[in-house]
Amino acid sequence: MASDNEIILRMEHINMFFPGVKALKDVTFNLRRGEIHSLMGENGAGKSTLIKVLTGVYAKTSGDIIYCGNHINPKSTLESQQIGISTVYQEVNLCQNLTVAENIYIGREPRGRFGAIDWRKMSNDAQKLLKNSLGIDIDVNQTLSFYPVAMQQMIAIARAIDTRCKILILDEPTSSLSDKETEKLFSIMRDLRDTGISIIFISHFLEQIYAICDRITVLRDGEYVGEYDVKTLPRIELISKMMGKEIKEGEIETTQSKSKARESVFLSTEHLTVPGKVKDLTMNIHEGEVIGLAGLLGAGRTEIAESLFGLNQATSGTIEVEGVKVSVKSPMDMMDRRVAFCPEDRKSAGVFGDLSVRENIMIALQAKNGMFKHMPRAKQNELADYYIDLLRIKVSDREQMLSNLSGGNQQKVIIARWLATQPSLLILDEPTRGIDVGTKTEIEALAVSLAREKGMSVVFISGEMGEMVRTCSRILVIRDHVKITELAEDEISEAHIMQAIAGDYHGHA
Amino acid sequence: MSKKNSGGLLASPHFPFYVTAVLFIILFGAGSVIFDGFFSAMNFLNLFNDNAPLIIVTVGITFAILSGFGGIDLSVGAVVALTCMTLAVLMRDTQISPFICMAIVLVIGTAVGALNGFLITFFRLQPFIVTLGTMFLCRGLTAILSRDSVPIDNELYGQLAFMSVPIGEGFLSLSAIVALIVVVVATIVLRYTSFGRGVYAVGGNEQSARLMGLKVNAIRLKVYMISGFCASLGGIAYSMSMLSGYTQHGLGMEMDAIASSVIGGTQLMGGVGFIPGTLLGVMIQGSILEIISFQGTLSAWWTKIVVGILLCLFIVMQAVVTARKNRFMSLTAEGSAKKEKK
Amino acid sequence: MDMLKRFSRSSLALPLAALAILLLFNAIFVDDFFKIQMMDNGNLYGRPIDILHRCSSLIIIALGMTFVIATGGVDISVGAVIAISSATCCVMLGGDISGIPHHPFALAILCSLGVGILAGLWNGLLVAKFKIQAMVATLILMTAGRGIAQLMTDGQIITVYYKPFAWIGDNIPGVMVPTAMIIALAMILLVVLLDRKTSIGLMIQAVGINPVASRYAGIKVTAVLFAVYVFSGFCAGTSGLIEGSLIRAADANNAGLNMEMDAILSVTLGGTLMIGGRYFIGGTIIGAITIQTLTTTMYALGVPSDCLPAVKAVVILLIIVFQSEKFKQMFREYRMRKDQLKSGGKGGKEAANV
Repeated sequence: MASDNEIILRMEHINMFFPGVKALKDVTFNLRRGEIHSLMGENGAGKSTLIKVLTGVYAKTSGDIIYCGNHINPKSTLESQQIGISTVYQEVNLCQNLTVAENIYIGREPRGRFGAIDWRKMSNDAQKLLKNSLGIDIDVNQTLSFYPVAMQQMIAIARAIDTRCKILILDEPTSSLSDKETEKLFSIMRDLRDTGISIIFISHFLEQIYAICDRITVLRDGEYVGEYDVKTLPRIELISKMMGKEIKEGEIETTQSKSKARESVFLSTEHLTVPGKVKDLTMNIHEGEVIGLAGLLGAGRTEIAESLFGLNQATSGTIEVEGVKVSVKSPMDMMDRRVAFCPEDRKSAGVFGDLSVRENIMIALQAKNGMFKHMPRAKQNELADYYIDLLRIKVSDREQMLSNLSGGNQQKVIIARWLATQPSLLILDEPTRGIDVGTKTEIEALAVSLAREKGMSVVFISGEMGEMVRTCSRILVIRDHVKITELAEDEISEAHIMQAIAGDYHGHA
Repeated sequence: MSKKNSGGLLASPHFPFYVTAVLFIILFGAGSVIFDGFFSAMNFLNLFNDNAPLIIVTVGITFAILSGFGGIDLSVGAVVALTCMTLAVLMRDTQISPFICMAIVLVIGTAVGALNGFLITFFRLQPFIVTLGTMFLCRGLTAILSRDSVPIDNELYGQLAFMSVPIGEGFLSLSAIVALIVVVVATIVLRYTSFGRGVYAVGGNEQSARLMGLKVNAIRLKVYMISGFCASLGGIAYSMSMLSGYTQHGLGMEMDAIASSVIGGTQLMGGVGFIPGTLLGVMIQGSILEIISFQGTLSAWWTKIVVGILLCLFIVMQAVVTARKNRFMSLTAEGSAKKEKK
Repeated sequence: MDMLKRFSRSSLALPLAALAILLLFNAIFVDDFFKIQMMDNGNLYGRPIDILHRCSSLIIIALGMTFVIATGGVDISVGAVIAISSATCCVMLGGDISGIPHHPFALAILCSLGVGILAGLWNGLLVAKFKIQAMVATLILMTAGRGIAQLMTDGQIITVYYKPFAWIGDNIPGVMVPTAMIIALAMILLVVLLDRKTSIGLMIQAVGINPVASRYAGIKVTAVLFAVYVFSGFCAGTSGLIEGSLIRAADANNAGLNMEMDAILSVTLGGTLMIGGRYFIGGTIIGAITIQTLTTTMYALGVPSDCLPAVKAVVILLIIVFQSEKFKQMFREYRMRKDQLKSGGKGGKEAANV
């Protein structure tokens, strides 16, 4: 084991509560001097929360942070910056309206006469910094918004390095970079490591982790899973640790009575491309089948679902519904063709918190009918009661505000909203996330029975392998916005899905 | 290189300033061509003499707008009225030196600003509705002091009011000089101090500013205090030209100031603006007034219509420039991604 | 007790309480406040009637403003639109001493309303299509509007001698109730009908609560935004007719001055939040009546008209502070601490008893 003086940062028994949620449970994290250490885990595993605790954005509930041998408890990002912990966030956290030089130096501008900001020195310094440490030669007096996101990301890194940091945190810095830019970033990271800076690197891309990192700490559901040497940890094992599933080769789940796909195709796409979201997608959705989209979070599953619902406009390729080509401009175009979509982000894209359960259920149908074909109150009540009953939504009465319901019941209400529109294709994007086990099983069963009994097509997206294996009749595996392979019914197993994601399985075809 | 330039002008932070400058030259030039005697030093200097209060107030409100989060200060017109009235009443009823009176009203104005800033930052209330409230408050307080017009007949104050510096054939009044000093100081503060750059940062992206370690609430509080201070300073200038206190003084001045600021290139979303542009914005309004008075038959309401049209022009221009920029950005991002593939 | 609790939590509690306090105050300190008389000409007369009469046009624009604010916007151009609308009507009727109108009365009314709708279309275009912040977008018309009105009247105050024009602001001969009240009532009915018989109200609230989810649910967000601004313009047009008729003239400078502020105040007083979402038509109406009662009370007490804004200001500032999340949070914390103290005190007592 490493001796103590090698370890620059030690986070021990970190607990962190949000109101009502325990975000971090007894998490341990060790960082050595001059290493690139990856923090891995799915979205919501607690990576970002841990980082925010370290940088003083959130206050930890309990636990110790020992940095360079001292206990620290940063209260703001400024404080953590001053002691040498710098962060570059996933979304560029710079000011678009300021110049490049200012973005690097704001808050600590070089001063000239009378204490005034010395703009010339500032731009010279910035120019030098960018050129020497990152090899970038740009006009630093130009407004930041003038440059593409990748360049902005580099500028954010330049800002972080120049605060004389000992620890540099890179939170998904590569998600907006091209391969070449990523390559450049990696060589910069290696140089920084060799000067003794420790780097915490967060990324969804497995290849990148294996290309650049020395060690990995895995988190899952806010809990510490383990710390591993990259060289000794095979990819498949890393995925299984992130997902919390042990993989036994050849294990086949008992197929419960799944829904059989019917002959007729309800919706098909051909070479569908949405810039930055969907790449050249060709697929068929049959009537009466539950089709799964599998892949790591951020692989582009949600983007595909959104494109099928008309929320993203394709630049090339076609969507056909029941053999008729559809020009999709807005969700209404797809709603008119009986497509329904329960979004992944329940809170921001689904829930009308201040409306009642009844209103939340009837709103999509009402929107579809048009606002002057107002449903009589009696019919609204009937509709609401029917779905409250059908989906066993727990409410005190149908006039209860949706925001007062639990997450699982909110999800059921949103599913009810879409069932009320009598869809032929129902897209469920992470319908069971953050929901108790009982409700989860109910929703899974519902998806299967809708397909089997009503012949509805269901697109089912979930990060939970077991759930996909239990419900789906066919699974498309997505990686980096591209469909890699399809798994037919007899091929569906957690092992196969994970192998496919890792790039080791290509199906029978 | 040529591509960079074509995008460069649009992307330049001073693009709206150039537009305003060109607009001002066109307006003033048109007046000079059409009317004899329009093009004179006196006429040009009068743009400053006549609009000194508005210039000062606009500088203050520009700070508020720059700081983002729907930043605006509707109370400035009412603070002008309160300032004039307080000055008039103090000088009528007491023997306090006019200089101390001026100090007192500056404190009052700053205090109103501080109240605005406190409510906005501490309770996270919308600036629009908060400053609407303090606007009513100051108007009411003005009326409580006196409902009738109170003349200012302090001798020393009168002398101050008529003080001027001859320049060529014309002159600049004390108020105009103060206004120009305010413009220069504000420009320097916004360009050369950490606080000034902080105002832009906060207005550009509050979240980022916070993560970069700026004290967002302190900056915003100061911004509203500056706005209040400028409003009362503008009120002093106003009282020097009116030599009275009256409840109707400065009525609607906040809207003139906002319009001037926007025409001067300030983006109402916050984070973009240039004080010299703001000065030009006021001078454009002044030029329109002068042209109308020279023309003789047109009425003053044309000012409002023209200002409204200019306002519309600038707001739509801002929207279009932002949209163009975004498209430009995504295209370059797309382009680099495509290159990568090849 | 239970009903009291439910009432105190309902959205109407605050405005109704404010109105009740004001009325109580009046009942005690102002003589004959509630007395309503029949005048010789058969018209009703009295302070309550006076209040309702004078707040009619405020109620009308506040109704329009309620919808706009519910979508998360604001329309500060209504005062200027009132000026344009009343100028339109007066110019159409003309200022002939003989009292003969230049154009038919009905046409003049239609044109006034049409101008209001046009103004609403303009605002809607900027907000819904160009996606400009509502306050900024409506600022344009607020600035230019009075200029346009003056352009129409040529800067003069056009006095209309045509008799029926005065009926709008006054009484139609033979009708006991002031016409403005009838118009306001009709508008209220229209709004209630829209609210109950179409689902536009639901769509407006949905857009105000969560525009992203609205788009996902298939609501035409742009159309909804357009509709609320057009309706607000229509309301301002109607109000303009009343305001013009009250003084029987077009006064481009003063017609509807600061009424946008009063309308916003009515809406917030009625419990609708400035951030949008749930709206309360009843609350808005009570809010408008409360403001007018406040004004009338102040007059009755001899407070000069120009001192009123100070009182209004204190009301506005208190209301928005009470509505703020921060205040609610502080209040909750205060209550929690009080509860803790209480239970702690109890515990102490019990311990002492043992």
